[in-house]
Amino acid sequence: MSTEFLRLVDIEKQFSGVPVLKKVSLSIGRGEIRCLAGENGCGKSTLIKIISGVYDFDGGDVFIDGAHFSSLRPVDSIAQGIQVIYQDLSLFAGLTVMENLALNTHLEQRKFLVRREDMRVIAERCLAQIDVGIPLHKYVGELSVADKQLVAISRALVNDAKLIIMDEPTTALTQREVDSLFAIIKRLKDRGISTLFVSHKLREMLEISEKITIMRNGIVTADDDIDKFDEAKITYHMIGRHLDDIRFKATPPTDKPPLIRTESLTRHGAFRDINIHVNPGEILGITGLLGSGRTELALALFGKKPADQGKIYRDGKVVNIDSIQAAMSHGIAYVPEDRLTEGLFMEQSIQRNMFATIYECFVNRLGLLRLHEIDRASSETITRYGINTDRFRNPVHSLSGGNQQRVMLARWMMTDARVLILNGPTVGVDVGSKFAIHEMLREIARSGVGVIICSDDMQEIIQTCNRVLIMQDGMITDELQTEGIDDSVISLRLKKARQESLS
Amino acid sequence: MTKYLQKTEFHVFIILVAFSLVCGSMNAGFWSALNIFSVLKSSSTVGIMALGMLMVIVAGGIDISIPAVAVFAVYSTAKYLVSINYSGGILLPFAMATVIGGLLGCVNAFFISKYRLAPLIVTLGMASACTGFLRTFIGSSVIANLPQSMFDFSRATILSVTQADGSVARLSVAVVVLAVVTALVWFLMNYTTPGRGLYALGNDPVAAERISFNNKRIQFMAYGLSGALAGITGVVHVSLIRQANIRDLEGVEMEVIAAVVLGGTAITGGRGTVVGTLLGVLLLTVIKSSLILMDIPSSWQKVVIGGVPILATVTTSLRKKSF
Repeated sequence: MSTEFLRLVDIEKQFSGVPVLKKVSLSIGRGEIRCLAGENGCGKSTLIKIISGVYDFDGGDVFIDGAHFSSLRPVDSIAQGIQVIYQDLSLFAGLTVMENLALNTHLEQRKFLVRREDMRVIAERCLAQIDVGIPLHKYVGELSVADKQLVAISRALVNDAKLIIMDEPTTALTQREVDSLFAIIKRLKDRGISTLFVSHKLREMLEISEKITIMRNGIVTADDDIDKFDEAKITYHMIGRHLDDIRFKATPPTDKPPLIRTESLTRHGAFRDINIHVNPGEILGITGLLGSGRTELALALFGKKPADQGKIYRDGKVVNIDSIQAAMSHGIAYVPEDRLTEGLFMEQSIQRNMFATIYECFVNRLGLLRLHEIDRASSETITRYGINTDRFRNPVHSLSGGNQQRVMLARWMMTDARVLILNGPTVGVDVGSKFAIHEMLREIARSGVGVIICSDDMQEIIQTCNRVLIMQDGMITDELQTEGIDDSVISLRLKKARQESLS
Repeated sequence: MTKYLQKTEFHVFIILVAFSLVCGSMNAGFWSALNIFSVLKSSSTVGIMALGMLMVIVAGGIDISIPAVAVFAVYSTAKYLVSINYSGGILLPFAMATVIGGLLGCVNAFFISKYRLAPLIVTLGMASACTGFLRTFIGSSVIANLPQSMFDFSRATILSVTQADGSVARLSVAVVVLAVVTALVWFLMNYTTPGRGLYALGNDPVAAERISFNNKRIQFMAYGLSGALAGITGVVHVSLIRQANIRDLEGVEMEVIAAVVLGGTAITGGRGTVVGTLLGVLLLTVIKSSLILMDIPSSWQKVVIGGVPILATVTTSLRKKSF
């Protein structure tokens, strides 16, 4: 490989005594495309800010182009040809493409007067570098996300850049736009410009990068050629354990009736003749293709779209679930898609977030809140769900991502749910958070709650459910224990169910 | 051509022309030199303040202290000059009021940039503090024996037209002050790096910092100039009405904001032009004077002035553009 451009050796960084980076080393060769991977909070953003000179480092050495730096300021970093493209792109929507491209050059040259002609020349030179045509007089706010990104890239290239750091550049792009971005990165490589590509999307890492550095909890867990990795291996280094071996084993008590059981449950046009049961401590997966009726079934159990025939038993007794209120009063909770990651009030306290749905349970006769009781319940909940804080009055955003999800789950469980139904609990969630959510669901089940997960994600089902049902055309066609099988078995059964229904 | 058609300024211009045509057809007096000159004259005080406000709003802030700052600057200037029996030219009063206004603006900028306080609160507090300080320590009685040069300023004209009925319409020299300020602000905002910094700051303060704009300095520039222009406005206003009264200009900030927003400036910052603002000022003055020509009670003016920025902001947010 080509000669080295940037080398970090044993970089250390603390924030108010808490180590964030522990002896992190990283090197990037000239024209190399390296991926920096890791789940949120692993220290990769801090590392980028050290490379760009925004943060000081407490220990270690930085070598750029062979020159040693014991500290680095933003101007040094830029002067050495390092440019960061932040996730928000840092463009000015109300200024034209031309000004967005030319302003920082003007600032750098400490020019007081602005000449349109100079700006046009700079801007044209910028765009020519990546060979794209974007109208110079257009306002950046009028451009598509992909075009904005091109503007940001060409702006980064303006002053003889040697290393471009892209922080999660593909988040808002369509597949085709990602492809053209990758083409540009490759073209930069041909010109000897290195790229540090920060991402948590496994497929993209494997596609674009030549080398990969993976971080977890402030240390580098892997650093090698990308050829030596596959998705499973990257995931392993990111979260620190093999996902393949994770299975959930349930040991339902034999002396108790199922938490919930259905008998010939039918809703015309959605599903028919459904007989399922969930025992205490079980996680039941329901999968099936789009239109299989699994979401409708979940919604029927939650009373949102009630069934028109059949019976539902809760703890062995027939119950009439014809509304959401009825479902909730029988201890059934439903978490729609995305709700484990969205729906927190980030600026509000942990306590307020946990109690948001059940404040009415804590009022006295005058309708005022019994604050002491809420405080006591808060402490208990924090202990029960292992939320890593001792101050429930802190805002939720002070917690790490995984702990935030615990707060969210605590909120759902505060309603004293005995049956928790989740629809696509980790759609669009990154690997690390997904792992945290799964771990939480397993914990909840161990506490004796019955969990139902509707999901397309075969791996998710294998790793979190002890039993899975396959639905096709509104009927349950198959039932499997997940112990000892892998996701291909479920996929195969799904396919079979589909063929049978076609024939 | 289409480039011009899309510009907000063009739309404001069309509305201004349309409004003027309607008013002219309803009242022949509208197109008289007397009325046109009077529109221009009354536009000049609001206009100068509006240009200061434009810079502040484009930079993502707001300055509602300007009437109080203007009165403070001009009243203390007048009081001092009267006390020393000043008999020199008009430049010193202008210079003094400009400096006092500019300094007060910098105090605004200090609190807003250093402690990251909300501009609305800081400038609201500044307005109250200025008025209180003025009444307690400087004076509150009307000053009518202004220096001679200020009287002369009020009589100075740059153009006089003899109308059909034999009366003479005169264009006040205040319009020249507005013209000079316009030229300076226009140049600053469009052709200097700090001027473009106002837009960058208003668009995205973090991004502005990343490309090494000094946001604090830009804020000092915006609020300082807004205060300085308020000081200038104070002198123009006091000279024109020939007395300094601490109760003057009360509530004019709403009119100024209305004019700036009418001119297509985004109240959220990052977008706005000098030309648009001047058109906004003219449009607002025309609307106001047409209310008078149409014999609508003057109490309605306040309703219109308050309603305009709300309507204009609603229209902006309805346009489904991301900026």
